[in-house]
Amino acid sequence: MQVTCPQCGPRDSREFTYRGHALLCDRPAPEAGGAAWDEYLHNRENPAGWTEELWYHGPCATWLVAERNTETHAFRATRTAAERGK
Amino acid sequence: MVKLVATSPAAGLVPLRHGSVMLSEVEATHITSVAPLDGKAKSVSAALKKAIGAEFPDPNRMTGKDGARVVWTGPGQAMVLGPEVALKGAALTDQSDAWTWLVLEGTDAAAVLARLTPVDLRDSVFEVGHAARTLLFHMTATLIRTGAERWEILVFRSMAKTAVHDLEEAMRSVAAQAGR
Amino acid sequence: MRVEGKGLIDRSQTISFRFDGKTYRGHPGDTLASALLAADVRLMARSFKYHRPRGALTAGSEEPNALVSIGRGAVQTPNTRATVQEIYDGLEAHSQNAWPSLKWDAMQVNDLVSPFLSAGFYYKTFMWPRSFWEKLYEPLIRRAAGLGALSGQSDTDRYDRAYAHCDVLVIGAGPAGLMAALAAGRAGADVILATEEARAGGRLLAEIEDVDGRPGPDWVADVMVELDSMANVQVMLRTTVTGAYDGGTYGALERVSHHVAAAGDAPLETFWHIVAKQAVLAAGALERPIAFRDNDRPGIMTAGAVRAYLNRWGVAPGRRVTVFTNNDDAHRTARDMVAAGVTVAGVIDTRAEAPGSDDYPVFTEGAVIGTMGRLGLSDVKVRHEGGERTIASDCLAVSGGWNPSVHLTCHMNGRPVWREDIAAFVPAEGAVPGLIPCGAANGVFLTAACLADGVRAAETVLEALGVKPKKLSLPTASEASSNMEPVWHVPGKGRAWLDFQNDVTVKDITLAAKENFRSVEHMKRYTTQGMATDQGKSSNMGALAILADVTGRAIPETGTTTFRPPFVPVSLSALGAGARGAGFAPQRFTTSHRDSVDRRAVMVEAGLWYRPSYFPKGGEAAWRTSCDREVGYVRKAVGVCDVSTLGKIDIQGPDAAAFLDFVYANTFSTLKVGRVRYGLMLREDGHVMDDGTTARMAEDHFLMTTTTAAAGEVMQHLDFVHQCLRPELNVRFISTTEQWAQFAVAGPKSRDLLNRLLDKPIDGESWPFMSCGSVSVAGVPGRLFRISFSGEHAYEVAVPARFGASLWEHLVTAAEASGGGPYGMEALNVLRIEKGFITHAEIHGRVTAFDIGMGRMVSPKKDCIGNTASRRPGLIDEARERLVGLKPVEPENGLTAGAHLFGPGAMLTPANDQGYLTSVCWSPTLKTHLALGFLKYGPDRTGEKIRVKDHVRDVDVICEVCDPVFFDPEGGRVRG
Repeated sequence: MQVTCPQCGPRDSREFTYRGHALLCDRPAPEAGGAAWDEYLHNRENPAGWTEELWYHGPCATWLVAERNTETHAFRATRTAAERGK
Repeated sequence: MVKLVATSPAAGLVPLRHGSVMLSEVEATHITSVAPLDGKAKSVSAALKKAIGAEFPDPNRMTGKDGARVVWTGPGQAMVLGPEVALKGAALTDQSDAWTWLVLEGTDAAAVLARLTPVDLRDSVFEVGHAARTLLFHMTATLIRTGAERWEILVFRSMAKTAVHDLEEAMRSVAAQAGR
Repeated sequence: MRVEGKGLIDRSQTISFRFDGKTYRGHPGDTLASALLAADVRLMARSFKYHRPRGALTAGSEEPNALVSIGRGAVQTPNTRATVQEIYDGLEAHSQNAWPSLKWDAMQVNDLVSPFLSAGFYYKTFMWPRSFWEKLYEPLIRRAAGLGALSGQSDTDRYDRAYAHCDVLVIGAGPAGLMAALAAGRAGADVILATEEARAGGRLLAEIEDVDGRPGPDWVADVMVELDSMANVQVMLRTTVTGAYDGGTYGALERVSHHVAAAGDAPLETFWHIVAKQAVLAAGALERPIAFRDNDRPGIMTAGAVRAYLNRWGVAPGRRVTVFTNNDDAHRTARDMVAAGVTVAGVIDTRAEAPGSDDYPVFTEGAVIGTMGRLGLSDVKVRHEGGERTIASDCLAVSGGWNPSVHLTCHMNGRPVWREDIAAFVPAEGAVPGLIPCGAANGVFLTAACLADGVRAAETVLEALGVKPKKLSLPTASEASSNMEPVWHVPGKGRAWLDFQNDVTVKDITLAAKENFRSVEHMKRYTTQGMATDQGKSSNMGALAILADVTGRAIPETGTTTFRPPFVPVSLSALGAGARGAGFAPQRFTTSHRDSVDRRAVMVEAGLWYRPSYFPKGGEAAWRTSCDREVGYVRKAVGVCDVSTLGKIDIQGPDAAAFLDFVYANTFSTLKVGRVRYGLMLREDGHVMDDGTTARMAEDHFLMTTTTAAAGEVMQHLDFVHQCLRPELNVRFISTTEQWAQFAVAGPKSRDLLNRLLDKPIDGESWPFMSCGSVSVAGVPGRLFRISFSGEHAYEVAVPARFGASLWEHLVTAAEASGGGPYGMEALNVLRIEKGFITHAEIHGRVTAFDIGMGRMVSPKKDCIGNTASRRPGLIDEARERLVGLKPVEPENGLTAGAHLFGPGAMLTPANDQGYLTSVCWSPTLKTHLALGFLKYGPDRTGEKIRVKDHVRDVDVICEVCDPVFFDPEGGRVRG
């Protein structure tokens, strides 16, 4: 499998680490309350189809957000996590 | 009077030759990581250009020439190989002793590397002057192409023995197949 | 027998090889199967279950029968297909699964009791009594069944793995693949042409057919000359593309040295990872047999294989050949044989209309209803229009039509599509993104059409690549159609074989259906149809058709089983190539490694690092003796230990302090320049991730240390926090673990020792506990940290790694002169347990700051990773298992990490489990065993007696709960 690093271009998947859904970037405020923190820490959708995921390109130390289809393993787009925040 | 003696990372392991391919070590003078602080990318690049004649490189590229290179190693980060640098507006970290710096050269050098790294090494893709942060078998490496048949490889100092082992195994294999 | 004037082998050279100890001869270009058939050896193997005598059924990698072992001893390769193995001088091949010999196989008694070994017999017979399975049935079955065996020795052959990248991967080098490669190559695309054969050409090598006005092989040779001349085309022979994976990645197995006597440094096989922007599947088609009674005797082969042996290898697999077919194609076998001077005893055609011949009788509306011959075919029993007869024949060429090799298109969940007009499955469109099937693999069987289809496929992939195709004129070729009328099996008594390798019969399939295993997936598992090493390449289709028939469904309705990678068997050695011995994982060595080994240190792995466990001295028989001595160095004099393996991260920038405040539970912005502070790092879920010290070298410059184990994880975590959560922080960080060689110098004499090496001596005032700064070490710029992991007056001194080996030797020499010396991990562990310092044995992932008594370090004044979650009621419950020290009531009673804790009078049941031990040691300082562990209500139970029980290692000791800081609780020594 090839994953496209926004910095390095398409690379073999063994250079990457998978971290889960990209909502991990949306950290709640400390005072957001238990429910919000539970959602953030523990609860995830398990979609069949397109989803947004966090991957780490180890060699260049870039966290990236990838749109990936869980049914076909196809990648649609990747951008850096920093870009997602903008 | 006590005197400390310097040892290079691949001392006693290289040089090696198998078939057309030669593996040797570059004894590092200075390696400095340069990471411009927020808003300082342009000024740091200009300062680099002024100091050593090479600007801050784009991703997967290097600038400069033998003896004074700047190699991209990650977002907002590059390594100056060769001269010592002092710059304002960037985090500078001495990495002179952190890397095993190897040179792999010869007709079949790319064929040897293709046994260890998953990156596309074709001439049309990985041109002279290009750089990559990638894998060398199980370890992370910086790979730079400094000639049509010349590659420089930087891996962790502590992994020198394994890097040389893995490269030598590939060199032997390629040499044996080239002889058929 | 060899046929003069036929074949593409090099008769000017002779090769000598051995099969089952007997010497045979062949020629360059021969496979083991063709050379054996040339010597009239038809019996090559015994089947898996019934030990039936078997010969080659095919002439390719789909071969189910002719499996042999090559070589002997460590380099023995079992289950090699004789139809693929090329011969070389000195080749040693052996038959498998037969004892005492291939001709007299004792286990053929299985065949006599076959009525009891029908489909599902494992499940029916060996179920009861339960205990018999492990003790009796399984060992028996394992001994009786099976193919070749491994030698049991370490494989000394070399294996390689490699990566390749291209614009177009063409899979298969028959007429369609060659045209595709030619079209893509001429257009300038980077092409890899992979064929599993030793030479390109595919069926063109096996047929008497003209292409472009000249014999097929000549046309192939011309095309290969052109392809070889193109710098952008790489031809990979003996390379089977074994799997199609995500994103245009293909696995391929190259048989590099199976065809040579001595590989030298070259690998036996190379496993390729090929990344192709586009690919063309021109894998051809596989001929399917027709099932009839006793259709498995040596000498019965597919009609295409018989033609291939004749035309490509110059071998007639028999002297009186018969043909059984449902199509025109197989009549070519009869015609080619006659033309080569071989007798054809007859052609049995299932159809009412069939091509006639003056050279041999053609029996229409015919069927083979039985065969004879114990170790090889002697006679064929035929029923035909108007009667029955027995025909003497030693070779029966069978054809039930051809199945497109759709396998790769199924590797990503694609299901092939049934085409009624050719009675075969063809690839579904777009089954694998970027993989375009063409030629016979696409259900296009006529040679002329194959050539055109190859060009079409190339044009499709070129368009996807945005490359303009060059004009290409199509060669002329045969347009003969085969007029196949599907026939899958001949009904009747006796056993008609489908899966030759797993001995599955038509009856087994009907039995499965009768017992309601009607789904093709259930039938497959119940009967083992298609589950052998050939994956049912020549039998799945027949089995499916029979299942459809007996369940009254159409074939497409019945479905297909899933083809999964690999297309041909791939050895684990090839998949794991390089990753054994020194190539298993990178070894990380410190700069003191060589000297430590010279000092006979026993090394221990710490992640990828190697660290000294202890340094035995002459006369020390037990590790404990060495360890106790080394602990004494630190407690009484001075010890030296390489701590370079700890992660070191250089953190700079105006927001460096704010960043540290956010990633650490405690505060760093208040730390003064020149000072060091212990830091605790949490995961966002409130549990402890790692700990270490961080030094402030300047206002905007910190040095963080991590544990050896978590160095990589912490670096990735810092990247995550900065890039994903706090990108606004103006901070930069980079690992400097490799840059510095760092040594702990610990003990009452540590300062004296250092002052012998430092250019400017230090004292207690300039370097108090938890101070740091730059120093000059024998003229080399270094760093000094006054920190301690032993509770003693101690320092860590760092120099650039090039000077590490040298500094280490000076430090050790000086320490030895002061009554101390080097100490290893065992002593380090004892020293820290005595002081109650934690490692990842304690912070193992389920532990909170509260659990280890550091709850108050989680600053309530600031937000940080893990802060919010760490305050959840469940994580600060007094009843949690919390860190305590444990001391045996009888000091000599040893303890084990992993032992569990129980109330002294409680039953030893999980319900009464009160906690567990994480670290244990003998303390030479306190003359007692000690332990750190986690106990419900922890510190609240100080003074209580607790029973320590290890059921596995038989430890049962009463301990007293105490403070984890066993030694020098006031901390006077560290300030020294």
